[in-house]
Amino acid sequence: MNTLTFSAILLAGGLGAGFLGALSGLGGGVVIVPLLTILFGVDIRYAIGASLVSVIATSSGAAAAYVKEGFSNIRIGMFLEVATTLGALFGAFLAAYIAPNVIAIIFGVVLLTSVYLSFKQKGDFPPPEKPDRIAQHLRLAGSYPVGDGERSYEVGNVTAGFGLMALAGALSGLLGIGSGAVKVLAMDQAMRIPFKVSTTTSNFMIGVTAAASAGIYLHRGYLDPGLAMPVMLGVLAGSMLGARMLMQARVRVLRLVFNLVVLALGIEMILNGAMGKLL
Amino acid sequence: MTPSTSQHESSRRDVRLEQVLGNLLRAGVLTAAGFVVAGAILLLLRTGGARVRDYHHFVPPEAQLRSVPGIFFGALTLDPRSLIQFGMLVLIATPVLRVAASLVGFLIEHDLLYVAITAIVLAILIFSMAGGRGL
Repeated sequence: MNTLTFSAILLAGGLGAGFLGALSGLGGGVVIVPLLTILFGVDIRYAIGASLVSVIATSSGAAAAYVKEGFSNIRIGMFLEVATTLGALFGAFLAAYIAPNVIAIIFGVVLLTSVYLSFKQKGDFPPPEKPDRIAQHLRLAGSYPVGDGERSYEVGNVTAGFGLMALAGALSGLLGIGSGAVKVLAMDQAMRIPFKVSTTTSNFMIGVTAAASAGIYLHRGYLDPGLAMPVMLGVLAGSMLGARMLMQARVRVLRLVFNLVVLALGIEMILNGAMGKLL
Repeated sequence: MTPSTSQHESSRRDVRLEQVLGNLLRAGVLTAAGFVVAGAILLLLRTGGARVRDYHHFVPPEAQLRSVPGIFFGALTLDPRSLIQFGMLVLIATPVLRVAASLVGFLIEHDLLYVAITAIVLAILIFSMAGGRGL
């Protein structure tokens, strides 16, 4: 295959992944690594490098649109980014020492978990019973627009949220994904932050988290220009298109299909890793 | 318990700050994509017909494409792969810039606690951009 054809195929693949990732809310990052490794036999280190820059592009590209709605909470985001960036450094550090087939197995498990999380009942959890003391010291409480006014909220269990965020960061640095699902879990389930605030703040945090491991990836050579170029451009264009479509499209069937694809890829990753194919 | 009025005001200011930051991020991504597209066109014009590189085995690209100064000087000579890497650097730098801008925002609000928190995040990001020495 010549370079032009290869780039065109990857561009189209990235476009589809970004598009479906934005529509399903799973993010395009989760399918890039399995697609590159399983379909094209790309070494998993190149794959996670290309995936991570796509994640940054998606997060930053969408941020302007999300922010206008006034849902995200910059204090919560910044405080939790201490946990995600430290976790991301640790994950990127681990990536150099864990065998590629073991990384593939971990990846598969994360894919299966994210399918499970996306099918779980979504929505607002009851607000915290009593405000968290750390949250009060850090002034994390906020408000968001509803209909004609503002609704204020308190923030619960900061310690658990911080711990889950460190885990989200480590997975992001190890696997080259945004780990938005774990970030939302930390905010909405552990800290009892309203769902809408959790998802928009999570999207804002994904880029910063990914940047913390991207620098290390670059110096290690995980970022190959020939491979990262078509993938990143495709995912960026696809996710912008998907975000625009989200307003009008009936996404239920698409979401189901995408989840099935992710499920299949997760099983394939685990099998490949277990049989040492990706070594 | 409802948040005090001052908390509401600071949350309003935060929203304005967020809007500036959101636009900064979008501008950063579009700039990055511009460099990547420019590099891609030059790369495909020169080597589009050549056999695709072997990605089955991990061989890190040459050192020039893995260091910030190397990429910078390569991009100045319009080397296609350096241009793409430069776009990637701009992309990675965009969220870092967002954190730096938040730091300025919290300084203007005299919010020293959040100046400190933001400075920690920024330090971690700069450590990574510098190659994460020791990691």
